[in-house]
Amino acid sequence: MGAGHGHRLHFHGHSAVHRAPAHLKIPALLAFVLVVVATPREWFAVYAVHLAVLLGVIAVSRVPLRYLAPRMVVEVPFVVFALLMPFVATGPRTEVLGLTVSEPGLLAGWALLAKGTLGVLASLTLAATTEPADVLRGLRRLRLPSLLVEIMGFMVRYLDVVTADLTRMLTAMRSRGVDPRSPRHWPVLARSLGSLFIRSYERGERVHLAMVSRGYTGELPDLADLGRGVPAHHHHAQAAS
Amino acid sequence: MSTPVLDVRGLAYAYPDGHQALFGIDLHVHRGERVALLGPNGAGKTTLVLHLNGILTAGAGSVAVSGLPVEKGSLKEVRRRVGVVFQDPDDQLFMPTVRQDVAFGPANLGVRGAELDQRVHDALARVGMADYADRPPHHLSFGQRRRVAVATVLAMQPEILVLDEPSSNLDPASRRELADILRSLDVTVLMVTHDLPYALELCPRSVVLSGGTVVADGPTLEVLTDEPLMRTHRLELPFGFDPRTVRPR
Repeated sequence: MGAGHGHRLHFHGHSAVHRAPAHLKIPALLAFVLVVVATPREWFAVYAVHLAVLLGVIAVSRVPLRYLAPRMVVEVPFVVFALLMPFVATGPRTEVLGLTVSEPGLLAGWALLAKGTLGVLASLTLAATTEPADVLRGLRRLRLPSLLVEIMGFMVRYLDVVTADLTRMLTAMRSRGVDPRSPRHWPVLARSLGSLFIRSYERGERVHLAMVSRGYTGELPDLADLGRGVPAHHHHAQAAS
Repeated sequence: MSTPVLDVRGLAYAYPDGHQALFGIDLHVHRGERVALLGPNGAGKTTLVLHLNGILTAGAGSVAVSGLPVEKGSLKEVRRRVGVVFQDPDDQLFMPTVRQDVAFGPANLGVRGAELDQRVHDALARVGMADYADRPPHHLSFGQRRRVAVATVLAMQPEILVLDEPSSNLDPASRRELADILRSLDVTVLMVTHDLPYALELCPRSVVLSGGTVVADGPTLEVLTDEPLMRTHRLELPFGFDPRTVRPR
């Protein structure tokens, strides 16, 4: 913890995509995802265009696909569902590679897979090219209610803390002969996720105590202009001269 | 004698589940003092600390800070006067950057603009962290985070600094750096700790809390060398440490 620069989804760079202001990138992502979702599932060629546009942006951003690909695992549950759909859906059957599958199911599975993949890849591109703090600033500029921005800010702040907690718990499990990856040990994993939840909840209470102790009364102060007045550099200059 | 910064009288408290943690505590801390609050686990130290800034409300007895009684109407001012630094800096530092975190307290008090910037800078400078103002707290080392946690409270210009286990989880160098910082601050300090050498190094006076009552209150050296007292209340010096042979600073 504390070793890396930026966040684990962020890929450090100085491309045009990196430099573009977050309050433009976020609506661009939103628009792209809406267009993808609204595209009828039979318009296969249009999906190719979507993908080409997205790959073009990624190429400009110089974020390697090898960096993005492993982070797409979040999509796996949807992929599994998409692959199952042709088999479980009803309607007229058709032959694919010697298997009898449902035609509407096949189409629905394809749509889920295509839309999901494009959406995830586009979101990862935003995350890779924008620091979390900039995303928050962008959302604030886009007039998202400040309460929501604050909640996201806390999430960004404590994601690493909770992940570190989880990593320590997994290490402790492995040290006692539990393999968190093996389905045989999933009950143990589930229980430890439960206790992770309790620990995080208790941390939330302690953070709240610390906030109240410093005069918090239910509203975060607006600190947008902070550091514009007499910043540290001023004193630095004096110390250096 | 002047009004004590901290005036605790007959403080008793039972948690809502019926567990009684404090049985009539009397404690006075005067301006400029550095006092260690010692005691075994479960003695009620944290419960006492939470009364000092009104997080918990006394079941019986009273707490006053520089003459101001801790009660519903005075909480805002009480929390300005009593700066509590909690044990885990990850609980204390919740804002995206160090600068915003240090500004949080004074901003809640209504400080804005250039004065706020000045306060943030001064507080960070006092703990030697002025160069880290724009870093996110989770990119700092543990010792640095603890120092920033102290700064978040200093920025509120408190009359008394209450530290919960300030030396816990610090490596020896960070522990010594924090001691230097605490000594350099011109504030009244109440320090909850299990680190007895640290108490001896920093606090001329020690108060021992055990089973929810004050069982000793005196010069730290006398408390630490009172073997029957130490044994009765599960206080132990680290192996090889003899307070009598330590040269005072």
